Amino acid sequence: MLLENYETDDFYDEMFTEDGTVRPHYEAVARGLGEVTVEEYRNKQTAVDAAFMRHGVTFTVYSDDQGTERIFPFDCMPRVISAEEWDQIERGLIQRIEALNLFLHDLYHDQKILKDRVIPARYILGAKHFRRECAGMDVAKNIYVHICGTDLIRDRDGRYLVLEDNLRCPSGASYMLENRAALKRAFPEVFSEVKPRPVADYAQTLLAALQHSAPESFVGAEHPTVVLLTPGVYNSAYFEHAFLARQMGIPIVEGRDLVVRDAKVYMRTTAGLVKVDVIYRRIDDDFLDPAKFRPDSLLGVPGIFNAARAGNVTLANAVGTGVADDKVVYYFVPKIIKYYLDQEPILPNVDTYLASEDEDRDFILENLNKLVVKSANEAGGYGMLMGPWAAQAEIDKFRDMVRADPRNFIAQNPISLSRHPTWVEEGFEGRHIDLRPYILCGEKITVTPGGLTRVALRKGSLVVNSSQGGGSKDTWVLRAANA
Amino acid sequence: MIPQTEAPVFREHFARDRQANVMLSRVAGSLYWMSRYLERAENIARLLDVNLQLLLDFEKLDDESLKQHWLPILHAIGDETLFFQLYETADSLSVSDFITFNRNNPNSLFNCLVTARENARQVRDQISAEMWTVLNDAYHFISSRCIEDVWDGDVGAFYDQIKQFSHLFQGITVSTFARNEGYEFIQFGKYLERADKTSRLLDVKYHILLPKVTDVGGAVDAAQWQAVLRSTSALEAYRRFYVTDILASKVAQFLIFQDAFPRSITFCVDQLRQFALLISEGREGESESPPMRKFGRFASGLRFLAVDDVIQQGLHEFVTEVQTELAGLAAHIYQTYMYCAPVDMDAEIRFHQQQEQQQQGMLPAVVAG
Repeated sequence: MLLENYETDDFYDEMFTEDGTVRPHYEAVARGLGEVTVEEYRNKQTAVDAAFMRHGVTFTVYSDDQGTERIFPFDCMPRVISAEEWDQIERGLIQRIEALNLFLHDLYHDQKILKDRVIPARYILGAKHFRRECAGMDVAKNIYVHICGTDLIRDRDGRYLVLEDNLRCPSGASYMLENRAALKRAFPEVFSEVKPRPVADYAQTLLAALQHSAPESFVGAEHPTVVLLTPGVYNSAYFEHAFLARQMGIPIVEGRDLVVRDAKVYMRTTAGLVKVDVIYRRIDDDFLDPAKFRPDSLLGVPGIFNAARAGNVTLANAVGTGVADDKVVYYFVPKIIKYYLDQEPILPNVDTYLASEDEDRDFILENLNKLVVKSANEAGGYGMLMGPWAAQAEIDKFRDMVRADPRNFIAQNPISLSRHPTWVEEGFEGRHIDLRPYILCGEKITVTPGGLTRVALRKGSLVVNSSQGGGSKDTWVLRAANA
Repeated sequence: MIPQTEAPVFREHFARDRQANVMLSRVAGSLYWMSRYLERAENIARLLDVNLQLLLDFEKLDDESLKQHWLPILHAIGDETLFFQLYETADSLSVSDFITFNRNNPNSLFNCLVTARENARQVRDQISAEMWTVLNDAYHFISSRCIEDVWDGDVGAFYDQIKQFSHLFQGITVSTFARNEGYEFIQFGKYLERADKTSRLLDVKYHILLPKVTDVGGAVDAAQWQAVLRSTSALEAYRRFYVTDILASKVAQFLIFQDAFPRSITFCVDQLRQFALLISEGREGESESPPMRKFGRFASGLRFLAVDDVIQQGLHEFVTEVQTELAGLAAHIYQTYMYCAPVDMDAEIRFHQQQEQQQQGMLPAVVAG
């Protein structure tokens, strides 16, 4: 049997309790896989890898002049979430995104939350991704964040915590969909036994959300014209851009395909210029409009920000959402929820210390070897100190950096991420995982039941990012018993 | 005084009836190149394969005669100068490597397949998953091999596989791709490349023929003309049609004029004319533009031409004329529908910044909090 010698060690294991019993919501999976031999399992895994390669579900490593194609490692063993757990996650994410949308609107209008001193104004006005250009600017339906990919982790007690919000251009939804398709092909029997909730309507819901947020000025016989703006084929997420555009049936455009005239955005087609109403942009604020932000951006469209400001085109996500991704602002999200919704947060934050607060800073500097230190505006697992595992030289480097620029650093207690049985060579071992569900804001807020479970494939590693040895799993959300 | 700012000019005014089917110019271009490069790969693979087999029929192959055999082929589909920069002798192995795998040869099979796939990747959202998978398979097939692998294995099977990728792709395109504007660009690219390659093949034979006129009509001659037919997949069709020996004039007639055979010049030219009309359909004046009328005259002229006229004019001269006409039409369609003038970023940035300053001059300033 596949999981015979599996050890949970001293971690929260998703599938097994401490005494080695299968948790109830994993029973069907355990039964289904119980009949699979090591040989069979290995063959399925190999077949899935080959299929990803064939379909071009790959990213390119430019280590030589031709570029080598790699697949994102995918682990066939699904991660299962019970209906009760999912209910909490879903409510928590909806609450969070609702509050953050209100927060962003407030920041770029009356700034009540600053005037009421819930957040010190200096944190916001000095935030790297706060866009003064957006002050007083209205966005369609007051939606700032149309697509959000929140990172959740579980601690030693199995509590779900929010690690990051990712309100700019979160990626990975295509892998959620491809992983599901791959697993259905690999283990149809197990799949039909468990019958997890489907994720397939993600693209349809995304399109509906984008159409919903067409500019108020849009009056058309039919649907608004929606396009996906990509940095181009050399971007590591290009596969995802093309995948989503295909699923939605919308054109994928590059900056050079668009042109702005009279504060309206047009695309250059074989039939001449055609007006665009909604842009699902996968280019960061900085590179979006060289006439407004970084002038050296060759990917962007000059004048596009002004067109959005004039209310002639909707950018999804809106410009300026990155301010809420700042890890210092993250610290305040529970207060933000309280302030706008008068509710307690359903999903807690990881306990966080701000280096810019004197008391916290002293604590951080004294305990660098025990804490995880993160810079406020980095993503992808970069700019981070993992104190307990770091060399002294690195700790010293971070001490100097924190002292020099305290505003740019936060610290957290290291979380012993939950582990999940994961295929390694000849059997299963526990590997740390997280969860990125996808939240869409249109007419209502929808959380796709599932998401991308990322797994740190290196033994003992806590870093799940694909750029640093991470892989992914399919995520199965079970149906409620009475549904 | 507010400075007058003028937008950089874009050359895009024609309005099309079928507005629902809008397609980015860049996308049209990628579909066209994707299709052309795959068709090119197929033709090159066939030509190479046929010639490798042809050489097996000859005895006593010294270096010089091998070189004489390969030179015209290099001339037709490659770059002789580049070849001799990269290799010392033109023998079967070196030519096959150059034409199949060499990264520095822009028209090597490897580069054709890479370019076809890269263009497909640009329009990954437009083509069917099945079309993409074929190109992806083709790329992985060739990129995981080298000439030694091919030489040690079944040479014929290798080139067959390349051809099959192209055939599979065309079949899948017909069965899975909507008959919209994109289809027209795909077909246009395919027939343009095919017409070009068929005409070049006739030219290869012309180069082989000239040096020793005495060989004309001999056994070698027949074998070579037979190779030309096989290089265009036309041998069996030719036999069925003429039920006779392989005669130079008949081969030329077949490959130029046989309008029932899908690789003949006439067939391809008719298709090109048809797809060019579809592409320009609905745009006022476009289907009667001078380049379109010129190609129309050439296409109908072909119908009233006989093989004797061609031989009298000279096969090489005729082929040159065909290629000039093809290039003219291709340039016109490309410039009009696919070419996207590069954005002058600096001018665009200046223009929008000045516009904004003007607006701010008129509107009360919005102050950030």
